[in-house]
Amino acid sequence: MKLRGAEILLQCLQREGVDTVFGYPGGAMLPIYDALYSSDIRHILARHEQGAAHAADAYARVTGKVGVCLATSGPGATNLVTGIATAYMDSIPMVCLTGQVGTALIGRDAFQEADITGITLPITKHNYLVENTEDLEQVIREAFYIARTNRPGPVVVDLPKDIMERVIDWEPQDQEVNIRGYRVMKGFNSGQVIAAVELIRKAERPIIYAGGGVISSNASEQLRQLAEEQKIPVTTTLMGMGCFPSAHYLSLGMLGMHGTRYANYAIGESDLLIAVGVRFDDRVTGKIDTFAPHAKVIHIDIDAAEIGKNVAVDIPIVGDVQSVLQAINSRLQPVDEKERQEWQGMIDRWKDEYPLRYGSSPEGRIMPQHIVEKISELTQGEAIITTEVGQHQMWAAQYYRFKHPRSFITSGGLGTMGFGFPAAIGAKVARPDLPVIDIAGDGSIQMNIQELGTAVQYKLPVIICIFNNQFLGMVRQWQSLFYEGRYSHTDISLQPDFVKVAEAYGAVGIRVKDMNEVDDALRQALQVTDRPVVIDFWVDREANVYPMVPPGGSLNNMLGGDY
Amino acid sequence: MAHTLSVTVENKPGVLTRVATLFRRRGYNIESLAVGATEDPSISRMTIVVEGDDQIIEQVTKQLYKLVDVIKIVDVTDERAVERELVLIKVKADANVRADIIQIVDIFRVRIVDIGRNSLIIEATGDSGKIDAIEDSLRPFGIIELVRTGKVAMVRGGAK
Repeated sequence: MKLRGAEILLQCLQREGVDTVFGYPGGAMLPIYDALYSSDIRHILARHEQGAAHAADAYARVTGKVGVCLATSGPGATNLVTGIATAYMDSIPMVCLTGQVGTALIGRDAFQEADITGITLPITKHNYLVENTEDLEQVIREAFYIARTNRPGPVVVDLPKDIMERVIDWEPQDQEVNIRGYRVMKGFNSGQVIAAVELIRKAERPIIYAGGGVISSNASEQLRQLAEEQKIPVTTTLMGMGCFPSAHYLSLGMLGMHGTRYANYAIGESDLLIAVGVRFDDRVTGKIDTFAPHAKVIHIDIDAAEIGKNVAVDIPIVGDVQSVLQAINSRLQPVDEKERQEWQGMIDRWKDEYPLRYGSSPEGRIMPQHIVEKISELTQGEAIITTEVGQHQMWAAQYYRFKHPRSFITSGGLGTMGFGFPAAIGAKVARPDLPVIDIAGDGSIQMNIQELGTAVQYKLPVIICIFNNQFLGMVRQWQSLFYEGRYSHTDISLQPDFVKVAEAYGAVGIRVKDMNEVDDALRQALQVTDRPVVIDFWVDREANVYPMVPPGGSLNNMLGGDY
Repeated sequence: MAHTLSVTVENKPGVLTRVATLFRRRGYNIESLAVGATEDPSISRMTIVVEGDDQIIEQVTKQLYKLVDVIKIVDVTDERAVERELVLIKVKADANVRADIIQIVDIFRVRIVDIGRNSLIIEATGDSGKIDAIEDSLRPFGIIELVRTGKVAMVRGGAK
């Protein structure tokens, strides 16, 4: 077949199972966009490349498939950078296709030229500059293979314009990917599994600390089996929310800086920490020397480099979380009801004594936590929740009752403001059957608010709940607690009328100032089927996220008094 | 302690940048780095000397393995290995001291490869200890310029 590079590219994408891409055209991308014009691949036009990257990222998080985004050379490609770094930090499989100036112009500072493979070196799992049209098929196959296998991550493929224009004689080769420096992790050390099983048998106060790795390896079932059969309580990281049902009697919710008191106390008392698909992030461990001080540690992760990176581990098991958990489960008998009753009793007492709670607003405004509780009640854990980054994100993690993996889409590692709304678009494209709600702050939403155009154009009924406190709330909270209340540049009360902004784009805008109207507004929003809805909730201005472990503090030493 | 890592990598553009970026990003310190072709034209070998305790070296190795273009890493520090480094030293050498320098050159069995009016260039090959010793011996005469290649290493015997 005589085909242009761009046509070969799209065929290769389809052979990888790609049916939807998110992107933004430009000069260097003209050949690819010309080929898209007559292709079956669905292209969602973002309003900013960053939006396309986050949407593709969320599409991947929701489906488990590789997300694909496109951007042109130079500024188009650099606009993807935050999105790529976000996906990299959270280990999300993504392939980013960037246009590049023609090969003859590379290195000559041509118009809209940027060294995107150089720029993205430290924030990609791997990247490619395609130098021959003949190499395209192999590069695309490798890119998808690398993105989705082992610890997933983003891969950038830079596509010079002339390589895309060139016509060659091409038939798909469908060759097996064989990269000598990259082997897919198969199996694990079963001796280590036996050692882990021994520790679990003997443990009196075990605890499971589960993270994003459980979700990316689709191991929720196996995790639940381990927890239920062995009567082991489960606490999850922000990235792990949804991998274990929030309402389960063994669930301790989130741990760490804004974790529940009972999760953090349980970590402090535990004699065996079973760390599954986690990386001992500083937001989780607090002061590392006092983290789980009495516990032996079993660490299961696909990435050998995570073992021993931050903490010393007694039993490291490098392998796919799902297969390792399966192996552990198969070697253990379910324990008796009476087993570990004392431990469970201790935890239940903490749960009774220190539940998540919040006060009322001194200004008589809506308490933000209440909105999350309402969203949770109305959607019964059957929605996809995305978030921006800040206080609202923590409240979402604390108060939403998750039931399913892949239902909480948040930027955990990089902490990217402006992530949630484009992520909601990607999530809705992936799962039009589910309600998709972006829990946002008034600061974050303004970082990618232009994507209202995208959501309106594609008739995507995503719901954006702005928790509007007219502050950059999380930074304000830290200023209040650690910088003597000097609110340096965090008051953003000069802001647009979000209802009018929504309406100007053709979306629905609702303003809610009264606690009693929260329920109605959410119900109304959930009824809309053909356009996005923006709800501008005026929330208490100075509500803080509690409890809180001060940065660098120990988990058992939490701020927040009654909360 | 300094470890010597012998790293085989794909011979492709950008691989050196990937390795260097990794070291910078993770805060590991490269003491020396030598890169060159191997018997297989598609593979290059990097000999990296890096300072750190066992835990750091383990992290370096694991992180290096995550680079798709890195094929194999051998820590040759504790292996029976031949290690060599080459140095060129331009040293001040007027007529008064020339004889002394030549004597040092003879003792170390290295070579003089260039003679200027007031200087000599000395070429020396050996393990790092020998190179250090030569450098120390010549320093009193005044070293004008010095360039070291960084260490290369190969495990003894039939193993590859």
